[in-house]
Amino acid sequence: MADPLHQMTALGHTEPRVIDIGPYRITERFDVALASVATRRGRDADVATAAKASNVPLPMPAHAVVGVPFGAFWLAPDLWMVEAPYDSHGDIVAHLNPIFGDSASITEQTDAWVRFDLSGQTLVALFERLSNLDLAALPDGYASRTVIEHLGCYLIRHGAGDITLYGPRSSAGSLLHTLEVTTQSVI
Amino acid sequence: MSQSHRISGGQIDRSKTLRFSFDGLPYLGHPGDTLASALLANGVRLMGRSFKYHRPRGPLSAGSEEPNALVQLRAGARKEPNTRATVAELFDGLQATSQNAWPSLKFDAMAINDRLNTFFTAGFYYKTFMWPKSFWEKIYEPIIRRAAGLGAMSRLEDPDDYDKGYLHCDLLIIGAGPAGLMAALTAGRAGARVIVADEDFCMGGRLNAETLEVAGMAGADWAAGVVAELASLGNVRLMARTTVVGAFDHGIYSAVERVSDHLPIPLPGKPRQTLWRIYSRRAILAGGATERPIAFENNDRPGVMLAGALRAYANRWGVAVGDRVAVFTNNDDGLRTARDLQAKGVDVVAVIDNREGGTLLPGIRHLRGAEVIDTEGRPGLKSITVRNANGKMETVACTALGVSGGWNPNVHITSHHRSRPEWHDDIAAFVPGTGGIANLSVAGAAAGVLSTHGALAAGQAQALAALDGLGIAGKGGDLPQAEDDPVSIKPQWYVQSGKGRAWIDQQNDVTVKDVKLAHQENFTAVEHLKRYTTLGMATDQGKTGNVLGLAIMADLTGQSIPATGTTIYRPPYTPVAMGALAGRSRGPEFKPFRLTPSHKWAESQGGMFVEVGNWLRLQWLPSPGETTWRDSVDREVLATRRSVGICDVTTLGKIDIQGTDAGAFLDRVYANTFSTLPVGRCRYGLMLREDGMVFDDGTTARMGEHEYVMTTTTANAVTVFRHLEYCRQCLWPDMDVQLISTTEAWAQYSVAGPNARKLLQKLVDQDITDAAFPYMAAGAITVGGLRARLFRISFSGELAYEIAVPARYGDALIRRLVEAGQEFDAVVYGTEALGVMRIEKGHVAGNELNGQSSALNMGLGKMVSKKKDSIGMVLSQREGMNDPDGYRLVGVKPVDPKGTLSAGSHFMEIGAPVELASDGGWLTSKVYSPHLGCDIALGYLKAGDQKMGQRMRAVNFLTKTDTEVDIVSPHFFDPEGVRLRG
Repeated sequence: MADPLHQMTALGHTEPRVIDIGPYRITERFDVALASVATRRGRDADVATAAKASNVPLPMPAHAVVGVPFGAFWLAPDLWMVEAPYDSHGDIVAHLNPIFGDSASITEQTDAWVRFDLSGQTLVALFERLSNLDLAALPDGYASRTVIEHLGCYLIRHGAGDITLYGPRSSAGSLLHTLEVTTQSVI
Repeated sequence: MSQSHRISGGQIDRSKTLRFSFDGLPYLGHPGDTLASALLANGVRLMGRSFKYHRPRGPLSAGSEEPNALVQLRAGARKEPNTRATVAELFDGLQATSQNAWPSLKFDAMAINDRLNTFFTAGFYYKTFMWPKSFWEKIYEPIIRRAAGLGAMSRLEDPDDYDKGYLHCDLLIIGAGPAGLMAALTAGRAGARVIVADEDFCMGGRLNAETLEVAGMAGADWAAGVVAELASLGNVRLMARTTVVGAFDHGIYSAVERVSDHLPIPLPGKPRQTLWRIYSRRAILAGGATERPIAFENNDRPGVMLAGALRAYANRWGVAVGDRVAVFTNNDDGLRTARDLQAKGVDVVAVIDNREGGTLLPGIRHLRGAEVIDTEGRPGLKSITVRNANGKMETVACTALGVSGGWNPNVHITSHHRSRPEWHDDIAAFVPGTGGIANLSVAGAAAGVLSTHGALAAGQAQALAALDGLGIAGKGGDLPQAEDDPVSIKPQWYVQSGKGRAWIDQQNDVTVKDVKLAHQENFTAVEHLKRYTTLGMATDQGKTGNVLGLAIMADLTGQSIPATGTTIYRPPYTPVAMGALAGRSRGPEFKPFRLTPSHKWAESQGGMFVEVGNWLRLQWLPSPGETTWRDSVDREVLATRRSVGICDVTTLGKIDIQGTDAGAFLDRVYANTFSTLPVGRCRYGLMLREDGMVFDDGTTARMGEHEYVMTTTTANAVTVFRHLEYCRQCLWPDMDVQLISTTEAWAQYSVAGPNARKLLQKLVDQDITDAAFPYMAAGAITVGGLRARLFRISFSGELAYEIAVPARYGDALIRRLVEAGQEFDAVVYGTEALGVMRIEKGHVAGNELNGQSSALNMGLGKMVSKKKDSIGMVLSQREGMNDPDGYRLVGVKPVDPKGTLSAGSHFMEIGAPVELASDGGWLTSKVYSPHLGCDIALGYLKAGDQKMGQRMRAVNFLTKTDTEVDIVSPHFFDPEGVRLRG
């Protein structure tokens, strides 16, 4: 067997980056495994039962749930993105397939995305310049797709000053650049 | 530098002094000044030259409606032409220069145009430049373009940043005058989310320019108090220096915030301007009104301005525009100017009032039933000629004249959805029409309510109505005490007198004569009037001139003004900088980039990249000593065919397709069959559009009983996914199919060449011999224990694989492949070599998949299965698409191996005239084949399959080449496919 391959973050480093700009912090997350879980036709009850039995949250539309080991956010009707720690669930599909069997279609999505966690006392002013979502009026636990500087992203609001963004991995540099310059403009 | 015209009062901060320059001369001003107020305070009335006649001009107004005082601000890359001095906020060090004048503003040689005015009347261009026809493009148009415009761009890159953003509110209030502030107070106190946007840097609207009291205090003080209260409310956002420029669908408005325009340069990291998209549930337009002039001969001299502006300069900025001031009015509001200026100690020499009755102004020479018929003074006003009620003329010496022809409500935004304003005789003005923008109401002067009390009451009432619609309880309280004078006006649009020119639209130099000429030549409809005379077509959109022009036309035609109608307004309300529209999307940040997992490695090796959509793909990878791209590409091709080459193909679209109906679904979206594909195998697929043309191609692998992985071309990755989602959701919602893109999730490399297997076997944990992993096999493997995928497919025609690992391991895999390939002299190749090898092999790609070609055209007609239904199958059977003499994909070689081919060349028969009738088709793709030692190409040739071995010409008008070519099979290399099955 060949030697193991090394990992590289979406930004092209061996370690994820943490960037502080004024009162804001942008943290690249490299430790989360992702998989999409899509209900197969007519298998809603089976999926719900299996998810409940294994503590895989399948939140309501436009919602996210943080959990251990599994968290999830809603993507589309009958479609969720399930999160889990990468260290323990690197091959996340191998963990989810036994749970759902043939009731759901499961696809690895871990490296399709770059994740940035943004924090600050309030992120409203920043996101006014990034996204057309009304962050100030959204509840904690809200999740939605949004477009940030031409890039389709997922946004999860954990709190007024605690946001997770998933953006396309190949554009991680462009997305970070947008976050940085926009943050500069509001400090 | 004396500020000789500064008088007492105003809202300027006299404790601080600002230094600025105009045309190189130094001046002083104060915070709170605009450039116009500061120049007027320094006795400078001449600020620009007019567009067409280069007439000397000073400010007509004190606001954003300004047509005359257009200047250039700043210098170098930040030079900003055509800026209205009346809204440019003064800052220390501001450099301003005049424009459209040579050699100087005071002596402008181009003022000769004014002497030649009889040649430049309305319709001048249309009449003059009609003949000879051939002169238009080479002579007339360049001259006209050189003469057009006022200021000049710096032609340097704008050094500042511009942001875009999104705001949300229950109620957007446009304008912060008495109506807007009262509406904001009502809605803000009720707890609604309110945004108040005002174009001025000081909220209060006309209250800042008047001496009228509100609630027993100066109107400006009342406004400041309200602004302070609103600022203390967490649910109200006050946005000064913010102009709402457009109304769009569903309560969306655009607004430009001038974040840093009042500073020499933006603070570090801050944008110059921000373009906001405001999502509102309700909106109130409280944009006030714009005063209009009365046209009379030579009414455009510096010193002649709107009466409301004259008193605004005195009341808000502490400036007496002239030492001897006259007022010409047709309404009571003009009288306010005389009163206010007199109260400030300015010598008001006369009030010329076209009305004969009414109250005499005390202590002022009030000439009733009189008109101003002409003026004198160059470059600024020195006197006016007055025709008194008894017909007697007199000359009145004065250096400033305030003119009031009444007030036009600012209806502009209500017209953005094509609502037409309605005429109201009582105020002699247009007011917002019905059927306007949903959930937008209008309050105050913008609605034609011209008293302060009326504005306050309307603001409160419209806010309460908006709150009611929002389901928020509001409270109407006692309104603050304010004047409620009725409008008294005797409409007058122009003064009939001599033969001189009377100006209507001062920015575009449109005169009463021009309107008369338009009438004479039957351009009487308002839309024709506008285009024939250019009335209202300048950057001010005719804010001060439009009503005059159409009212004069109404006089001439004998129609009423409502019957004559009005042109309407489009966004933007005021000019918007291109930078604000572009935002951050410019230069290298024009669009986001997509980088492949091997990008960092390739960059470190000196790779050259090409943009493919947003992707940056390796184009070729130079080796030391290589001087041209061809050196590198030839080497990459030859090395791959000789041994092994590695190419990053991550950019190909990858779509995970699962579900019990996945196979049946693919049968419907692909022209060929996939439901019969065994697990662990892949197949080339052809996807058609509904019209039967080829949409996309790629290989799809069956990874499990109900799981497929489709690859698409890089270019069509998104459109194919969107198409599949449309099919799944809309066409066949009963099918059990789930889709998700995995393009970015996997780093995928092609490993091609005779030694591809040997190289890969060093990394892959499983047996990949031909027996274990034959041609078109696909499946899950491991690389050093890591989950991975392997596909035995070939685009190059060589023994080839595509290996995929999770993207985070992509950098490691390219390095490992290169390292493991050293013993085979492996190369990494880019898209150029990829293109060479696919053309040598006769594979179609983007140039052939041009949206106008069928499978039959490509020589792939047999792939369209008629045993099943699929998208495009039926229409691909159309007679026209099955012409036996139609286009067929062919290979092309120059007869002379040294001959050059160029893509886009057209096939012509030898000896045939080079004309459309001889056109036999075209070359789609061309490369130099190092394997064959000559240029080769693919092309679509009519009846190409019947012309194999024939000799033709490839003619190209652009490259001016005419090359004899042989028509050959498109499979230049290994036509039997022996190598790829090796």
